[in-house]
Amino acid sequence: MNSARLQHIIPGLVVFGLAAIVTWLSFTQQPAESFLFPRVISIAFIGLATWNLIRAAAGLAKVGSGFDATMVRNIAPGLIVMLMTVFWAAKALGFYTASSLAFFAIYSIYDPVPLSSTKDWIKRLIITALFMGVIYGLFALLLQVQTPRGILL
Amino acid sequence: MEFLGFFGGVFEPVSLMLLFGGTVGGLILGATPGLSPTMAVALLIPFTFHLSPTQGLILLGAAYTSTVAGGAVSAILLKIPGAPANIATALDGNAMAKRGEGARALQLSFLSSGVGGVIGVLLLIFLTPVLAEWALKFGPSHLFWIAILGVTVIGSLDSKSFVKGLLSGCIGLWLSQIGYDEIQGTERFIFTDALTGGIHIIPALIGLFAIPQVMEMFAKGRNQAVIDTIDVPRYAIFDSIRELIQSMRALSIGTVIGSVIGLIPGVGGQIAGLVAYDQSRKFSPKRDEFGKGHPEGVIAAESANNAMVGPSLVPLLTLSIPGSPTAAVLLGGLLIHGIFPGSDIFDKHPEVVWTFINSMLLGQILMVVFGLYTAAWAARIAKAPVPIMAAGVLVLAVFGSYSVQQSMGDVHIMLVLGIGMFVLEKFGFSAAPLVLGLILGPIAGDYFTNGSMIAAAQDGPWVYFFTGELNIVLIALVIASIAYSFWSNMLSGKKEKSVDAVAASEEAKA
Repeated sequence: MNSARLQHIIPGLVVFGLAAIVTWLSFTQQPAESFLFPRVISIAFIGLATWNLIRAAAGLAKVGSGFDATMVRNIAPGLIVMLMTVFWAAKALGFYTASSLAFFAIYSIYDPVPLSSTKDWIKRLIITALFMGVIYGLFALLLQVQTPRGILL
Repeated sequence: MEFLGFFGGVFEPVSLMLLFGGTVGGLILGATPGLSPTMAVALLIPFTFHLSPTQGLILLGAAYTSTVAGGAVSAILLKIPGAPANIATALDGNAMAKRGEGARALQLSFLSSGVGGVIGVLLLIFLTPVLAEWALKFGPSHLFWIAILGVTVIGSLDSKSFVKGLLSGCIGLWLSQIGYDEIQGTERFIFTDALTGGIHIIPALIGLFAIPQVMEMFAKGRNQAVIDTIDVPRYAIFDSIRELIQSMRALSIGTVIGSVIGLIPGVGGQIAGLVAYDQSRKFSPKRDEFGKGHPEGVIAAESANNAMVGPSLVPLLTLSIPGSPTAAVLLGGLLIHGIFPGSDIFDKHPEVVWTFINSMLLGQILMVVFGLYTAAWAARIAKAPVPIMAAGVLVLAVFGSYSVQQSMGDVHIMLVLGIGMFVLEKFGFSAAPLVLGLILGPIAGDYFTNGSMIAAAQDGPWVYFFTGELNIVLIALVIASIAYSFWSNMLSGKKEKSVDAVAASEEAKA
């Protein structure tokens, strides 16, 4: 089995698994009246998911390029920053601090300019501060959104 | 001519300011490669929460109109379409810019967008009430089938694989059922506390449209190509106006094709631009010059993709079926303000709907004026480094989804849905049908429940949902949309196979 086919089989299996869970829950949970429409959806869902999985297993699923190692390597640092910001730092450090750190980290990680230049680090800091200043003005001052405060703002 | 009575609302200071801001902001966002109009409108929705429904819709409408037109700037000057709708514009626009006619191409693009857009909005004004009156005849079973039609049309037409398009629609419909069933008072599919209140449309929209684009920017890594803009020497605007009048054939073809395609749910601007470009080339005596910098190519493509905007809202306002993915996001914007599109929308909310439509008419004119003055400036912003855009969109997405209900749960849902959508997109699934399923799910569910109650008191569900002229027509349309997509998938599969076979035989010969 080639890797391209395997790449389509894995998401096919995941979607099929999800459809199976939805179908099982729709037909077993009570009261039945609450699950009438989910039952209709789940029949179509499981049917299409089965068809999709069969196509993937037969090597007929060709739409979508899947992932390669370089792409995963490129995405990983940004993804980690996103997950840490949303699931931990926003509450622990404070919404604005976490967002500023995330902005600065992503900008620095993906900036094609070499990381050795002090001038470029200062430039990144200034751009982060300016952007977050606009965000603070917009959300905190104009829209008066109350954000979680951690040990910092 | 009822709409004339609601023009006053557009000229209120706040509305006018929002219209100006939405238009200029939309032009800049549209000109920025990687930021689609759908994502731009989705990111703006949280801001409308703090506005009245009319003002919120004015902002979204202005952004919708101008992002489509703004996409032409980067298509012409950078050869990177700002949105899929501007693909055809890049073909001739960039060739014109390269030979020093960038200003001429930009002026023709904005002028033709304006003409197409105004005619499109006029169609919206005159067709919507007619369709709304017709829709008065619909009962719960018909409205249920219409909601399903909306999902199948976008699911089958907006995806490269119709199985995956429909599956995306199913996932969206299922996600819409998560939370409390208000009629029975029971929990449905609540796996974690964050899902107790169900999935709110806005964080979902932001996650599904913005996060995959952020991750797409991450995927390019640190070696981002540096984009060079082309210098734009000045060009007399009156010469462009004269040229546009002389290119009436391309302008008419673009406007008519854009308007018709806009009315068909799910087809969208990308197809409008490409079909208009192709037809304009076929009818042109200078068809060989297309692709080499022919102004008619720009005129046809741009008039079509903006003419599509107004008509795409006709099925949205009357039947809750969006004409394009961005219209689907607008539907979310209407729903969060408590405005349910349908046959009675002009009776219940005339001041909101007519003011919104009128603002789009004025927005088209503003888009031309601002577009002509800010095009070269917008192109500079379009050169903003990808890491700044990725970080900026992420922060906006986090703040936007939090501000709706001031809930971290919404931010978590936004991120999880966004990451999931990015993975699914890599395997051929698309966000538009999923979003439509999410938006239309509760509507379809309510009509299904109401219909089931009526059916139980009458002749049973089979007779109620599957018989009667209108039900049969709607079911036939659902089947036709799926069958058409299946057929076109088969055709494209055969084409790919024959291309592969030719390539293999040539390789063998070599």
